[in-house]
Amino acid sequence: MRVLIALPILIPMTASAITLLTMRTGRLQRAVSIGASAATLAASVALLVRIEAEGVTAVGVGGWAPDVGIALVADLFACLLLVVSHIAIFSVLVYSVGHPRTRDSGTVFHPLYLAMTAGVSLAFLTGDLFNLFVAFEILLTASYALLTLGGRREQIRPAMTYIVISLVASLLFITAIGLIYAATGTVNLAKLAVELEQLPGDVRTALGLLLLVVFGTKAAVFPLFFWLPDSYPTAPSPVSAVFAGLLTKVGVYAIIRSQTLLFPRDEPWWLLSIVAGTTMFIGVLGAVAQQDMKRILSFHIVSQIGYMIMGVALFSVAGVAAAIFYLMHHIPVKTSLFLLEGIVEQTAGSSRLDRVSGIARSRPVVAALFMIVAMSLAGIPPLSGFIGKFALLQASVEDDQWIIVVVALVVSILTLFSMTKIWNAVFWGQPSTGLAPLASNVDSHRSMLAATAGLVMLTLAIAAGAGPLYDLSERAATDLLIRGPYLDAIFSL
Amino acid sequence: MSLILAITIGALYAIGTYALFDRFLSRIIIGLALLGHGSVLMLLFAGGTPNEPPFADSSISPEEFADPLPQALALTAIVITFGVLVFLLAVSYRSWTLTHDDEVEDDLEDARLASDDRVSHSVERELSALDEDLEER
Amino acid sequence: MSHSRRTMLLETGADLIVPTVMVFSLYLLFAGHNQPGGGFIAGLVAGAGLAVRTLAADPDGEPEPVWASESLMGLGLLLATATAIASWFAGGQLLESGSVVWNLPILGKVKIFSVLAFDMGVFLVVVGLVVAVLNGLGTSVENEGDVAGTQPR
Repeated sequence: MRVLIALPILIPMTASAITLLTMRTGRLQRAVSIGASAATLAASVALLVRIEAEGVTAVGVGGWAPDVGIALVADLFACLLLVVSHIAIFSVLVYSVGHPRTRDSGTVFHPLYLAMTAGVSLAFLTGDLFNLFVAFEILLTASYALLTLGGRREQIRPAMTYIVISLVASLLFITAIGLIYAATGTVNLAKLAVELEQLPGDVRTALGLLLLVVFGTKAAVFPLFFWLPDSYPTAPSPVSAVFAGLLTKVGVYAIIRSQTLLFPRDEPWWLLSIVAGTTMFIGVLGAVAQQDMKRILSFHIVSQIGYMIMGVALFSVAGVAAAIFYLMHHIPVKTSLFLLEGIVEQTAGSSRLDRVSGIARSRPVVAALFMIVAMSLAGIPPLSGFIGKFALLQASVEDDQWIIVVVALVVSILTLFSMTKIWNAVFWGQPSTGLAPLASNVDSHRSMLAATAGLVMLTLAIAAGAGPLYDLSERAATDLLIRGPYLDAIFSL
Repeated sequence: MSLILAITIGALYAIGTYALFDRFLSRIIIGLALLGHGSVLMLLFAGGTPNEPPFADSSISPEEFADPLPQALALTAIVITFGVLVFLLAVSYRSWTLTHDDEVEDDLEDARLASDDRVSHSVERELSALDEDLEER
Repeated sequence: MSHSRRTMLLETGADLIVPTVMVFSLYLLFAGHNQPGGGFIAGLVAGAGLAVRTLAADPDGEPEPVWASESLMGLGLLLATATAIASWFAGGQLLESGSVVWNLPILGKVKIFSVLAFDMGVFLVVVGLVVAVLNGLGTSVENEGDVAGTQPR
């Protein structure tokens, strides 16, 4: 067990080192990278199975006492996200082998990508606030380099915005950690959960809000989202796909973890509800105004984050369970939408709505896959998005949060509208002529399409297995809200 | 000592935040560096009163140690902020070689969405350059 | 023209300074467990030495051989993760530190900590990084603006 918990972090880290050593051999490097990603996925599935049977488990690191040293903690919530994330990471890696912008500059791509993977795993598994900061920095630093891969002119300015904003958030995070340590004398999450309750209410609220601002910036919630739609679209498609699917979700994970474990509440929090409502509404309005497929999808990331926050804001088992389920549905859906956008760009030479049309006739499979995930994003039954949204709405109604229910429904309709807009412009009509396709290599298209199709199948599988999956989310949410199992696991070290 | 340290931290945060709002990238980076120093000092400050160096001399009893944990955390934070800042410098240098301009430009998409007569000529030039880039792709 | 671009002072100075700096960085690496020092600082000091070496190099002479910076970084990262994992096989926790005492002929009793291997990994990563930066600055980045398709304005 002590080995299994660390494996999702250690495998990609070691593989990152090996891919650095095999820089000059393209094929071997790719094989190591994909093999390591598959092994990480296998290890997370094994971890999920064990945790599902045995409950929350913690492991110490470095031989220090748990309140001084770092603990790795695996609970159901972390393991569920770990598995879904690594499926997305693996699919994007397979896809990137076929994509020209990552295939050719592939030498630095793989070490960075694997380091980012290790950072994502560490963020999910760590039981220490400062270690969470380190995990964020590992994945962010790798993401800075991935975002500027190639160093094109149109990439640099948005990347600067992204780096500056992330760095400011990180410095605020250090400040928050300093203040929390000054107030409690620990950074261990379990000990913090106990110590923070002893503090005066206003100090506690201030610390909670500070952490919310930090994680809210990383998760891109209103009003801290403005960096996202600028920076994500400029990266190579595989990179923006994994950013869109994962990085903001790690921020959402941190919000859920910190708010439920460190600052628990018994009833819905109005502030978080307002943040959720404005995030989803402003995000979707931004999407409706855009004329580029990648930018539309980027604004939808912001909008969708609102749904997850909406579930957390309820602080009820049903709400948090729905948020967890929505997270699991959202990661593959958003990733595959960006991957499909990459295929469209490769086929038609652009992703601007006024320049591309008729993909449905030239690439019917791509169009069909887009239809499935776009409808899932908008929440059309019987797809996974419908189940997630239905669970969220039901949980909100139970707590009489009618305003947010209305906002969520309106946003759903607007999402459907902007998805239809993409469909009409890009997929319908006569195939566009004039713009030459960028890639003529059929083999590379095949690996890109296979990876995307795999992710789309996953979203269908989430819809088909919604019953058992929702039960799992509910158990994870119960563990989060009663807090006992998590605390016991760390204290019994 | 507490008061001097507290004033230093406050000054670093204030100057850093002020510099962050500048339009020149070099000043933004300096601002970030100052903010970074401020937050690292804040971590050290969190450790309470300064005392004897921990673990260095076995004749000193643990009660007289300074709290070693914030020092370890501060060290990690220094390394990380240093690394990211250097990367940011490299990116801004790259940006300078591409545009020979240190100023943060107006957001192109904002300008595109704004009404036409408010789009200045320089922005229009930028937009056409962007379109050419897109076409080349 | 070429003679005016070389500085005798810097070149002679570098010959004196660089070996000293390298020895000092090794001292920092080994002293790191109980005294100020450690892999990161040692790597930075060694990197500073390499930077002086690069600055003093003859700009018109043969270009310095490009070191495989990524291999240095890869080796370092591999060494660090291997040390972290090795403590499992010794029956400890991940990253747990152990020590051995050796009686060496001249040095006497020497206590070696397993953290030293981890520090060496960090050292290699930092040195690799500095080499990568020096190589990157060596290729004239200024001209790349033209390559990217836009004229500097």
